[in-house]
Parts: sequence; C-alpha cells; structure tokens
Amino acid sequence: MSDTLPLSIINNRRMEKWLRFQPDRTVKLAVGKVEIGQGVLIALSQIAAEELDVGIDRIDILSGDTADAPDEGSTSSSQSIEVSGRSVRLISAELRVRVLGRLAQRLNCAPEELSVDDGVFLQDGKPTGHDYWSFSGPEDFAAEIEGSAQPKPPAAYKVVGQPVPRRDLIAKVTGAAFIHDIARPDLLHGRILRQPSRGAVLASLNEAAVRKAAGSAIQIVRVGNFVAFVGVDETVVQRAAVAALAHAKWTGVRVLRPEQQEAAWFRDQPSDDRHIGDPGPPAETGVVVSETYSRPFVAHAALAPSCGLAEYRGGHLSVWSHTQGVYPLRNSISGILGLKPEQVTVRHAHGAGCYGHNGADDAALDAAIIAMQIPDHCIRVQWRREEEFGFEPVSTAHMTRLRAALDANGRPVDWTAEVWAGSHVQRPVFGGTMLAHEALPNPPPPAKANDPGEANGGGGTRNGFPLYDFPAKRVIHHLALQTPVRTSSLRGLGALPNVYALECFMDELAERAGMDPVAYRLSMLSDPRARLLIENVADRCGWVSRGPVGTGRGLGLAWSRYKNKAAYACVAVELEVDQDISLRRVWAAADAGLVINPDGARNQLEGGIVHAASMTLKEQVTMDGDGITSLDWDRYPIMKFSEVPEIEVVIIHNPDFPTLGMGECTFGPTAAAIGNAVAHALGVRIRDMPLTRERIAAALVR
Amino acid sequence: MSIDLTVNGRAVSVDGDATTPLLDVLRNQLDLKGSRYGCGLEQCGTCMVLIDGEAAYSCAREVGSVAGRRVTTIEGLGTPEIPHPLQRAFLEEQAGQCGYCLSGIIISAKALLDRNAKPSRADIVAALDRHLCRCGTHIRIIAAVQKAALMGAPT
Repeated sequence: MSDTLPLSIINNRRMEKWLRFQPDRTVKLAVGKVEIGQGVLIALSQIAAEELDVGIDRIDILSGDTADAPDEGSTSSSQSIEVSGRSVRLISAELRVRVLGRLAQRLNCAPEELSVDDGVFLQDGKPTGHDYWSFSGPEDFAAEIEGSAQPKPPAAYKVVGQPVPRRDLIAKVTGAAFIHDIARPDLLHGRILRQPSRGAVLASLNEAAVRKAAGSAIQIVRVGNFVAFVGVDETVVQRAAVAALAHAKWTGVRVLRPEQQEAAWFRDQPSDDRHIGDPGPPAETGVVVSETYSRPFVAHAALAPSCGLAEYRGGHLSVWSHTQGVYPLRNSISGILGLKPEQVTVRHAHGAGCYGHNGADDAALDAAIIAMQIPDHCIRVQWRREEEFGFEPVSTAHMTRLRAALDANGRPVDWTAEVWAGSHVQRPVFGGTMLAHEALPNPPPPAKANDPGEANGGGGTRNGFPLYDFPAKRVIHHLALQTPVRTSSLRGLGALPNVYALECFMDELAERAGMDPVAYRLSMLSDPRARLLIENVADRCGWVSRGPVGTGRGLGLAWSRYKNKAAYACVAVELEVDQDISLRRVWAAADAGLVINPDGARNQLEGGIVHAASMTLKEQVTMDGDGITSLDWDRYPIMKFSEVPEIEVVIIHNPDFPTLGMGECTFGPTAAAIGNAVAHALGVRIRDMPLTRERIAAALVR
Repeated sequence: MSIDLTVNGRAVSVDGDATTPLLDVLRNQLDLKGSRYGCGLEQCGTCMVLIDGEAAYSCAREVGSVAGRRVTTIEGLGTPEIPHPLQRAFLEEQAGQCGYCLSGIIISAKALLDRNAKPSRADIVAALDRHLCRCGTHIRIIAAVQKAALMGAPT
C-alpha cells in the first residue's frame, strides 16, 4: 500500500458515495470510470468482490453518473485500474474492516476470529447469524474514508486474477445496448448543420428548400451560427441535414491546404518550446547520426457516430453521453448554457469504442443546446458519418527527429529527441473548446495549445525519453501554438510516433554498429523486467534464425514501457512486402504487474496491436479547402479481417508488483516492430507513416 | 402507404414512405435496436440483417424493396436468456470490446454457417471482410465463429 491516497479517494471521501448494501443482497458499487470497451467494469467489480468477500454476481456496478457516482475525472491514459482499482480495493477493504470491527465488539471476540463467506459472517468458521445486509448500518458509512485498512495479499486472491466474463457483452450480442438505442418519452431526433470552422458565419440558409427536402414537418432551431433540424422522425431530420449542406452559405470559413495534413508542416510553425532531461545542447563530438520520423493526423474513427441525449424539465437538464468524463462534461455544459452545475446531471451510456477524446462530448452539448430551446422533450442527436470524420477532434500529426552521438562501439553516449506536434490533449477542461460552443453567440476564446506535464506521462513527449542506459539524454518539445483542425487525445498520445522513432532508430544504429538489433538493445538495457520481455519475445519468434535482409520477408521487434512508468510490452512482427505489406504473425509479451482480469487484459493487448498496425499501415486524415476530406471508410480505411495477422500474446505473471495500466502498452512497440520488419524485408527504411504502397514504391526507387 | 414484410418470423405491416431506409424502420418503428447505424454508406456492416437468408446492409436499403420478404435481425436469433449458438460462442470467447460491430458480424456469420456448416478460417474471413471492427477484436471474433460451427448447425 502506498502512503498517499489515490486522487479518486481524496476527491470522494464519503463511503456511501462508493458502496451500499442493497435489500436484494447485492452490493452497489459506484465508480467514476466508465466502460469504453476496455472491460473496466468487470475488473473493478472483481476487486470489490475480492476485498468484501462477496460473490462477483452480487456486485451491482454503477458508473459515470454525476448524481449517484463519485467524481473520478476522465477515463483515460490507462489509469482506470491503477487509480480507480486501487481506490476500490482500499475502500472495500476499509468497509469490511469497519463492519467486522463492530461485529467483533458485539460478539465480544477478536476480529481475527471473524471471516466472510459470500457476504455471510462466520466466527471460527461457524455461522454468526449476521451478514453485510443485516448487520451493516449508517455508522459504517459515517466516517470519511481513511484508506488505512490493509487489503488482502495477492496470494489470497480468489476472484482477482480470474478471467471473469464481462456482463455488458450479453446485451451487445443480442439487441439494444448503446446510447444510440435509448428511448425516452417525448423523444425528438436532432441533426446538426455544422459550422464549417470556428469563426464562420452563416450568411443564409434556405429553410424552405430544407423543409421541402425533408418531406415532412421539422423544427429548425437556430442559435447564433448553431443550426439543428428537429423532429419526431429520424429519417426526415437526417434528410434535412444532408440537404442543408447545399442550402447554407457561410462566410469566413478557414481554408486548409494539403501540406497542412503532413507532420513536416509543424516544423515552421510558432511553438511553445521546452527542454527536458540533460541540460545543454546535443553533443557534437564523435560520430553524430540523425534521422527524422513522422506520423500524420489520425482519427479515432469510432465505428458509431457520436450521439447525445438531453432533456430540460422543470429547470433541470439531464444529459446522457458516451463521454469519458461525466463530471468534466457537466461542468462544461453548465458553464456554456449558464446553468449551475447542480442544475445539470450527466449520465454515462455505452458508445462505440472511442480510444480517446472524440465527438462524444460535442454531441452531448448539441443535444443540450436544443433541449434548452425545446424543453420537456428528450432530444436525441446522432451525428452523420461524414460529421464524425469531419468534426471530431483528431490526433495531431507528430514528427520526431532523433540524434545520437556514438562511441567507438557505435553506442549512443548523447541522445536527443526533438518533437514537433500540436496538442495531444485538448479536452474542454484542458484548454480546448467544445464544438457547438464556437457557433453560439458568445464563442469562447480560441483553444490554447496544451499538453500533459511530464509527471502525467507528457503528450508530445510521451515515451520520447529512452529507457536505455545512455549517459546523456534529452527531449526538446516544440508544441505548436495552432493546428489546422481541432486535435485531442487518442490512445497513447505521442507514444506511438515516439516509440516508432526510437525503436526504428535503435535498429538503424545496431545495423551501423554491425550488431544484432536485439543484442544491441540488451547491451544498453539494465531494467530486468524489460530484458525478460525482450528475451521472451525473441525466443518465441525465432529471432536467432532471422533470415537475411531484403528478401521481401521481414521480422522486426520493438518494446517500450508505456509512459515510461506503466506496463511494459514487447512485440515482434513477421510480414511480407510485395506491393503492399501483409502482416503474417505477431508475438507479444506484456508485464503489467498484478493483472485483475487476464482475459480482459489479453483482449486489450490484442486490440492495441491491431489498432496500432492499422494506424501504422493505413491511416491518415486528409484535408483540403473547407476542411477534412477523409469523410468515409473508403477514404479513411482501417484494418480488415483479411489483413489481420495471427497474434500470440503472453502476459508475464507478476502479481506481487502493483497493477500497471496496459490498455495502450502494445501501441508503440507494434508500430515500431512493423517499421523494423519492413526495413528487414526491403533493405530500405521507411520513416514516415503510414507505410502505404506509395511509400514503399518511393523507398525502393530512392 | 403500407408495406408488408416478415421480420423475425412475424408478419408486420409498415406505414410510411417506401424510400425510408430499412434500418430506420427496424430501429424506430419496430423497436429492434440490435441493428446499428454506423455509416449509412454500406461500408462498415453494423447494420447487417438477413433478407431471405442472405446477409444484406440495411442502412441504405429502401424498405419498399423488401416488401413480401423475410428479414431477420439479431433479435431473431436469440435472447439473453436463450442465446443462439453464435451468440453463446461470442460470449464464451468474450469476442468483443466495445461490441458495436458484433450484431452485424453475427448476422453475417449466421448466413455463412447456414450455407456452410464447416467453414474454413479463410471462409470465415471472407464472409466477415465487409465488416469493420475498430477495437481490433478480429482474432476472437474468428475464433467465436469457429466455435459456433463446432457447436453444430443452428436453426
């Protein structure tokens, strides 16, 4: 147990905010982290069941609700098990101690004589006639949580560490399950005519033409430059929204140029510059090698377009959202609409996987704005597919230039990573703006360039700092003050482009030194957990029998520790390159300390591999003229079933080490392993993602 | 106007515009929310239903074109209490992350298993290649379809 309380407890000290014993012999567990497809709710339920000693089926979990669940900020950055899980463990252990302490007094026995079997209290193994539901009372919930109770040792775990199935999947394979499926009384559907860009002014809208195209009665809601089409029939408002694009005239639309879609564009932009690590300029002595790597803008590209519901009744606004943070969203919405925070309730409902800050919050604000204009109805806004691709915040393009001064053996003695990128996080609580707010009569000031600090893993600098034993290392970060389109967090932030650069460069330096890339890494790596992973993956993928360079068939390997403090992962990729790249096999190993649900963890590790491979090989947001032009799945292709390789994941059993967030840990290593395998297959290096057919052809004629 | 069709074995009569997307009719008139909107462009597969036993996109399909035909949605396969073997296999394999793609994928898998009770891995991949899964759950999804095939022919 750590000596400091997790933030989740510090911000929510009242026991009844987290746990309640319910009359039907269940336990209500309320948490602030939300399900975004990562299986967090079953993992948190397992932790509570373990510490309370109740069956897992008795845990009735409520998540993401500003009326009834604690404030745990956003569900992001692989923090849910590290922070919320640790909190639920401490809180559950403390409640158990409190209740059993009172029972010991009642029975005039030592607490050590008492035990709990599925919520029933035993004394020396015999029934006491008491259980949580009959014996616990208000006094158990009165005092603030201290976090001082000793949780179980991992060796005693019966539920934690087991592959307990998720409950939410049952609805998802049989019928209604998502925010999109919620039906409420007085439901009206809404679609938005989006302001093309901040500052654009709606000069005219031919409402008659839109109504005619809709074919049936609609309401047109206009507030400043915000326009919505609302009606009882979803098909009709959808038609209106599609037709409106041709019947609206805007002035002051910002014009985008194709060169702005490339990471290199950032090199000449005004930036906020920071220097982290060893002071002084990069060394100029000895052999100095430098290469530059990049990833373009990429989209979250959730499978479902964003959706939000809102209703304003009797002076209270209720909102449903697939947001990652219900409290931050409540605060944003109440501020924008001039309501008090207590006049707004935000409840989480499941959406498609978001992998970061996408359009979820914005769709909720859309619905809320309409609800204030049309009270006493439930307003359901669903974005169109083109709207999702065109207006969700995207992940910034990112360029990393690495520079190493080498010793006589070809090993770095001085290492510099120089990063150019826009903001990797611009949540509304983090300097960003909400989309529809910019269309309202009093728009907010422009978004401020921002990035998480180093203590939180950094943004553009995430994993920029190598964990190899180099004598001197530094990161120089050029955070662009402006980006051509809105940017915000996407799985791993800067970790993928930075690990791509770092681990590709290591292969290039190994080749230069005439060393095997794995042996080269291990010669400069003292962290035993990292070494073990690399050796594990190298063994399994047959690294020693890796073929020669340039045969068209490649094997590459890379590793990282996410944020340099969360889970470790190592990935090897085998692929073939003809005109395109075909992934054949992937071997991965991860060390996340104590794993709560190994099946859920494996699912996340596999998903991270496929997601990263898709990004590395295929994905780029394109822009021109009025905005983003990659507006559908043809123009923003992602990995298909026929392109997914065989994947074999091993989780290192390490239950005595604290849990490390692992949802993002395979992301960077997968990208770099692909980069290294492509270089092995071709004999030439491709440093700019995505590794498309055009890039391969260009590299081969270089 | 009124359009007659069979949905999940039940005769239904739908009032309204024959050009309305079948997906909108299923979701908003018949309250079958298991078929999902993803793109409206026949690119992602979240809206997949069976029309006379063949997997078909419903997002851009006019309801008038299915008059007199049999439509099956995910709700027509099984329920949480009595899941279809495919649904059971997906749960046993925990073949989902966010789960948004799953109902459409299970529909395509049903069409596959109905015509080929013992599909190869390549057959499964080919049958599912019209579907997108953004979470990267492909490996488990393929394993779940293989498992369902081993469970025996569903009806």
